[in-house]
Amino acid sequence: MHKFSVSELSKGLKNRDFSSVELTQHYLNRIDHSDLNAFITVTEDLALSQAREADTMLAKGKANNLTGIPYAHKDIFCTKGIKTSAGSKILDSFISPYDATLSYKLNMEGMVMLGKTNMDEFAMGSSNENSYYGPVKNPWDKKRVPGGSSGGSAAAVSARLSAFATGTDTGGSIRQPASLCGITGIKPTYGRISRYGMIAYASSLDQAGPITQSAEDAALVLNTMAGFDDKDSTSVNRDVPDYTENLNNSIKGLRIGIPKEYFSEGLDDDIAKVILQSIKEFESMGAIVKEVSLPNSAYAVPTYYIVAPCECSSNLSRLDGVRYGYRCDDPKDLNDMYLRSRSEGFGEEVKRRIMIGTYALSAGYYDAYYLKAQKVRHLISEDFKKAFQKVDVIMGPVSPTTAFEIGAIKDSVSMYLADIYTLSVNLAGLPAISIPAGFSNNLPVGLQMIGNYWSEEVLLNTAHLFQTQTDWHVRLPENT
Amino acid sequence: MSLEKKQVKEIAQLARLNISDSEALQTTTELNNILNLMAELSEIDTEDVEPMAHPLDMSQRLRDDVVSETDLSDDFQAIAPKTGKQHFLVPTVIE
Repeated sequence: MHKFSVSELSKGLKNRDFSSVELTQHYLNRIDHSDLNAFITVTEDLALSQAREADTMLAKGKANNLTGIPYAHKDIFCTKGIKTSAGSKILDSFISPYDATLSYKLNMEGMVMLGKTNMDEFAMGSSNENSYYGPVKNPWDKKRVPGGSSGGSAAAVSARLSAFATGTDTGGSIRQPASLCGITGIKPTYGRISRYGMIAYASSLDQAGPITQSAEDAALVLNTMAGFDDKDSTSVNRDVPDYTENLNNSIKGLRIGIPKEYFSEGLDDDIAKVILQSIKEFESMGAIVKEVSLPNSAYAVPTYYIVAPCECSSNLSRLDGVRYGYRCDDPKDLNDMYLRSRSEGFGEEVKRRIMIGTYALSAGYYDAYYLKAQKVRHLISEDFKKAFQKVDVIMGPVSPTTAFEIGAIKDSVSMYLADIYTLSVNLAGLPAISIPAGFSNNLPVGLQMIGNYWSEEVLLNTAHLFQTQTDWHVRLPENT
Repeated sequence: MSLEKKQVKEIAQLARLNISDSEALQTTTELNNILNLMAELSEIDTEDVEPMAHPLDMSQRLRDDVVSETDLSDDFQAIAPKTGKQHFLVPTVIE
């Protein structure tokens, strides 16, 4: 059953080929026998009770498309009455008193939450090694990282411990783990999915999205996830199309832009080959390939690593040991309580980013760092605007390498530089998708497609057609 | 621009983080490596460029000033480290 896609499972449930309880129990057993450390919390009792409710709805013919489908929820989304840790010791004891809008919407659809997935602490990381709950293993090679920060979600879908998973993407945290784990992940346009109840890392960059087995599944799930939310002041009030409707449209005449900056030094040769090979596939379907230039691409790394830490230093100031989360033992005064609660509660990378942000925002340095970065952010965004006058979709790699070994990258700057191809999309607020496009040394390689604002339909259509012509997305890690 | 150990300890205090003397040395090296990376931005001329704070060209949406939340104070108190009646308890601030 676990080899079925969401759309196949949905049909199976509606035809009563199997019940949601059977399906849920099957996934729970798989999670129980897995050693990937993909989950922080497994919500077995809740899942089974949600599955029973789903079966009742299905029996009454009152089911929605996703009723009874089991999913894994990134532990960054608040879930009422259930631990929501964001991968941090400081929130290890945090039982959310409310639901994120996304959690609420998935519940209302009658879906089944299997558990909360492991992640880099507060979504800060590209390898899932920054989790208080330990690293997640890549199902393709358990010595390697699954990518991050949505590493648990990506590993869970890749190993088919769940039909799909939720993720968030601040600088590549959906696309990069999707690429490293051989699955599909889309980061929609900023403002497309509500951020209410999604624990904020960098508010002007954070965006939720689905991590799935295919573009078709992503379209199906995005239909439920997307939409305006009055509770999120950055949510955009714009109609949500049926993303599944135009999946099979022809892409004859689609203009694909290849940014030369994405194929310069630093990119693994094998990955370049896989990407160029897959672009030929689109050409054979009638697409037109053109070279484009995104001249400020290289500056995405320093720009992002100023903007994001500045926003995080402000966002994470609320974790002070007063109202929720971890408080140190026997504080001798208020300041001691703040200092020790935060120092004992946060991990190394989070502390580093908070300090960088605090420094960059402090008096005398604001213009040199934060203001400068916001200006370069504008230039990066203008590069895309110019490119999208000539092309419909931009294609390139997601990550300069395949999954690396756990512990292999020790210094933070090297880790930051590996985000080179994903960061600018968040700075500009654009949608982008990562889909499996091939292998290098038996490790999956993802292809990134970047679209113009609100062009998720085009991305999903293009990705889906590729997946009707190739079988990379249905290949599974050994013993899955 | 390069940070000294003393500055790093000041930044940590501003961010309400403790770092010991032994940690401070390593943190200083790490933060300076990161700041070196950021220094690349000084190569770019941004004289006439508008700063971009938000990814979409939109203004802050406002709502009517009416109560929209229900009273969840009991729920919020229940998850706090230490509470009194309708308030959060912290170490004594004023004797």
